[in-house]
Amino acid sequence: MNNALEVINLSKKQGDFELKNISFELPKGMILGFIGENGAGKTTTMKAILNIIKKDSGTIKILGKEKNFEEEVGIVLDDSFFPEILTPHDINKIMKSMYKTWDEKMYEKYLKEFNLPKKKEVKTFSKGMRKKLEIITAIAHHPKLLLLDEPTQGLDPIARNEVIKLLQEFIETGENSVLLSSHITTDLEHLADYIIFINKGEVILDKTIDEILDQFGIAKCSQEELEKIEKKDCMKIYKKKYECEILVENKKEFQKKYKGITMDKISLDDLMLLMIKGEK
Amino acid sequence: MGIIISNSSSVPIYEQIKEQIKTKILQEELTAGELLPSIRSLAKDLRCSVITTKNAYEELVKEGYIKNIPQKGFYVKKINLEIAIEEQLHKIEEHIENAVKLAKQNNISKKTLKEILNIIYEEEKENE
Repeated sequence: MNNALEVINLSKKQGDFELKNISFELPKGMILGFIGENGAGKTTTMKAILNIIKKDSGTIKILGKEKNFEEEVGIVLDDSFFPEILTPHDINKIMKSMYKTWDEKMYEKYLKEFNLPKKKEVKTFSKGMRKKLEIITAIAHHPKLLLLDEPTQGLDPIARNEVIKLLQEFIETGENSVLLSSHITTDLEHLADYIIFINKGEVILDKTIDEILDQFGIAKCSQEELEKIEKKDCMKIYKKKYECEILVENKKEFQKKYKGITMDKISLDDLMLLMIKGEK
Repeated sequence: MGIIISNSSSVPIYEQIKEQIKTKILQEELTAGELLPSIRSLAKDLRCSVITTKNAYEELVKEGYIKNIPQKGFYVKKINLEIAIEEQLHKIEEHIENAVKLAKQNNISKKTLKEILNIIYEEEKENE
């Protein structure tokens, strides 16, 4: 079993919205990042994976199994939260009774590391503190797969950095894996091994982070120059007032073929913008 | 062991890691038989993805600088310094060739070119 997660032809219709044949794999020991606009289907996909919403068709395998994987999965969803009147101390007691694998020592170590007070009620916590508490709680029962929806949203750069470090520690042994979605794409650039881009309920890109950052590029040129460029060399074209931006799949080859055209490094933000706003 | 990564550089991160480890081997800062940090701990410490450090190590294996002993890790190989330096010289020649071509295209004399080389060499020395 080399995949922590396999999603095969997942489909789900929900009102106007539809997930269409979503397929991807997350190899064991790796981190996979979901990107896409709001409403693209990231959260729906995660919920369908977890069987929180019922899928119409398709197969989900978590750690090679189609069911009974709950104990081995840690979850932080955007709309999940602890009851306001609980303290981290209470949560510890509850989790201890729920999970055989609950690691009290680890939980307390992380509470200290993240400066979360043990005896204060969750309602006094800031948004960032709550998020951190949720992530720690998800990790401390030793899951093999973590599913996180927007784990760094609402966190300041320092807290985000702490979360990134925590996730990297989590996968360090090579046994654990993470699936996360994020709007803060710079976090994913430092963290994710694989990027899945979802748009309007479909996977439109499935690449390793190095393939994207090292091979893709943005060529910038004038309208006149654009006419000399073959369409097949452009993934997407985004025409602006003074310049045209071309999403290029292999920047080295493009530069060899079209000399003198400015080529910029790409970020995941640029990639999202061009994939969605660009034309073919 | 220091490895410095620039996120704004146009050089891919895996290549930056690879080249810096290679330099450390050539300068014998890392010696034969030494165990390198694991792919995963290096990724954590450099704040980059696992796939990136994996790529860097795989390239170093391919180029004969390190070897992978399954279950144990990556070790620095005993390398033939002469051959390795020969390779580096070959790379330098390529760069100089390009510089000369560019100079000729723009009618820049050999003398000027040599002066530039001297200045850059001295500047780099000061930076070391």
